[in-house]
Amino acid sequence: MGGFAHKDLLGMTQLSVEEINLILDTADSLKEISERDVKKVPTLRGKSIINFFYEPSTRTKTSFEVAAKRLSADTLSLSASTSSMVKGETLIDTARNLQAMNPDLIVLRHSSSGAPHLLAKVMDAGVINAGDGINEHPTQALLDMYTIREKKGRIEGLEIAIIGDIAHSRVARSNIIGLTKMGAKVTVSGPPTMMPLDVDKMGVGVEFDPRKAVEGKDVVMLLRIQLERQSKLLFPTLREYTNFFGINAEAIKRAKEDVIVMHPGPMNRGVEIDSEVADGPYSVILDQVANGVAVRMAILYLLIGGARSDKVD
Amino acid sequence: MTKWIKDGRIVDPVTERVEQLDIIVEGDRISKILPCGSISRGSGEIEIIDAGGNLVLPGLIDMHTHLREPGYEYKETIASGSLAAAAGGFTAIACMPNTEPPNDSRSVTEFILEQAKRANLVRVYPIAAISVGQKGERLTEFGDLKEAGAVGVSDDGRPVVNTELMRRAMEYARFHGLTVISHCEDLYLSEGGVMHEGEISTKIGLPGIPASSEEIMVYREICLAKHTGCPVHIAHVSTAESVALIRRAKEAGLPVTAETAPHYFTLNHRAVMGYDTNAKVSPPLRSEADVEAVKQGLKDGTIDVIATDHAPHSPLEKEVEFDKASPGMIGLETALSLTLDLVKERILTLPEAIRKLSLTPSKILDIEGGRIEEGREADLTIVDDSAEYVLTEDEILSKSKNTPFIGKQLRGRAVLTMVGGRVVWQRAR
Repeated sequence: MGGFAHKDLLGMTQLSVEEINLILDTADSLKEISERDVKKVPTLRGKSIINFFYEPSTRTKTSFEVAAKRLSADTLSLSASTSSMVKGETLIDTARNLQAMNPDLIVLRHSSSGAPHLLAKVMDAGVINAGDGINEHPTQALLDMYTIREKKGRIEGLEIAIIGDIAHSRVARSNIIGLTKMGAKVTVSGPPTMMPLDVDKMGVGVEFDPRKAVEGKDVVMLLRIQLERQSKLLFPTLREYTNFFGINAEAIKRAKEDVIVMHPGPMNRGVEIDSEVADGPYSVILDQVANGVAVRMAILYLLIGGARSDKVD
Repeated sequence: MTKWIKDGRIVDPVTERVEQLDIIVEGDRISKILPCGSISRGSGEIEIIDAGGNLVLPGLIDMHTHLREPGYEYKETIASGSLAAAAGGFTAIACMPNTEPPNDSRSVTEFILEQAKRANLVRVYPIAAISVGQKGERLTEFGDLKEAGAVGVSDDGRPVVNTELMRRAMEYARFHGLTVISHCEDLYLSEGGVMHEGEISTKIGLPGIPASSEEIMVYREICLAKHTGCPVHIAHVSTAESVALIRRAKEAGLPVTAETAPHYFTLNHRAVMGYDTNAKVSPPLRSEADVEAVKQGLKDGTIDVIATDHAPHSPLEKEVEFDKASPGMIGLETALSLTLDLVKERILTLPEAIRKLSLTPSKILDIEGGRIEEGREADLTIVDDSAEYVLTEDEILSKSKNTPFIGKQLRGRAVLTMVGGRVVWQRAR
């Protein structure tokens, strides 16, 4: 499999339509491995991957870990509290030290936008952005796009609403960039305090009222409301948010009949998403998690497995 | 010894003329300005400086420099900053008080002047803090600071939040004849922001600083200038609305002056794409429309001065995550080239450009300089305005190398800098 000429996966910004399709197609062919009795192939045997998480994460970290292990790569996990960061070491120095141990890939989660870009500049190893500040979370967007394609058969031409704190969401940013590239019609929605300036210049429509935004949509994607944003004056109370911006079963009725509802997790049930919606027939939230493993396997394979002669099966 | 500066094209910001003339310097002063060819080598020792058709300017004056000493000598010292200034064609620089300790007392002001004397390169004029420790609580001793050598007061880098304090500072500064220089930033609005809030911050996921955080404070200072009658100088203007507010204040006859820095008319917020920490400055690089408005403000005279806001930082502050990086870029060695581009673009005439880099700052700070006249101090800069060069890190004389202009093609640079009749710096051929 060729056509993937990147050392790193920094964001959806850097990917072409062809490359996105290649990742999704590769995920398609790898998904079946996770359904076998013996969920392991030797494709990345002898490769080492460091999961470097400066921020807490359960889902993404576990998903990368599982993906790497199913491809037989050796994995190692570092977190901010166990790294020398607590001793005041800079990110660049940490990177140089890790590079000295010659890993093949670094999976980085960091609270600063652009941190993976900085790491990628100083390391020979590939860098995967597992979420940087409020910038991007490309593997989440790719698994979302995989899930949409799986359920709808296509992405192009679909009407998609992304609802929540658009300004501070890396999931939203990566999905906006990726989905518009793939030809979807994206509307972003949420209170004006959470809407970034000039977001329309990213090629999306803006409808502040989520109940209007879901009208006629094929896909409704909800974002987690970070409770600490309340102290930043972005909304008065959770109660007020739920009353005016939360999505319940009643609101979903305005969408297309075959709508799918997505959420990157972890959910605040009863805040941005009602339990009835989260567990409803149109919810694909757990499919997203399952697909996350396949998509991440595809990315690992394309970044460091492509040159090997080993077949995927 | 007598010096004969021969065949230079002299730029006079007072008369706005550019003329081929010879200058005779005796001791520390200009003794004669004569038509070319009217001087013959007489008796006695005379040193000939052949300007060979290059520009001869009044020594450039930068009214907004950070020299980092005392406290941050690993970024810049008064000596290294003075050398960078001389290489950039500056014969005088005014240094901001945000050192450690801040320049809020006679002893720090005297220390700066003492170090400048030791460096013995360019004239250094300290700007003192408005508030003790730049904490925005109590006024510093303006009178004592002025007597010690301070030429202005500013809490640059840590803007005055308390409007009452700013009012009292202006009232009191007026009594002592000190210029108040304001770094305009509403800290509540800019909190957490690391670049201009707009299309690019939205695209690349960096927290934004709205243009209004500057404009609100510009308007505050204008209101206070009107109320107190005290002149106020607005530092590093970066937005279209700031330019419009200052234009209106000037039309109303208020004592308001303003400066901008070369990066605000050369670069816009797109320079931050790729998370280049060298493009992180305070105020941030703004939109294309803001850059156009700043140029218009320079052209119509709303913006009086071009200052560098030379802000040295080491890799410790710059080779880090974008949001953790300190804001600022060095500018002493690139300001002249970037300003000459405005002449090429016909935004400014050559004398207008040089006036904003010499005569006007000297008037605002009430210091010597900015004029080429018989009997004046011989502070002169010779500039090869046709020189084209690519800026390299190696040739930067500032102790810090934080500038996004490394690797960029620039035009026009100083070849000789004279302070008080003494050649303090000359570019190797």
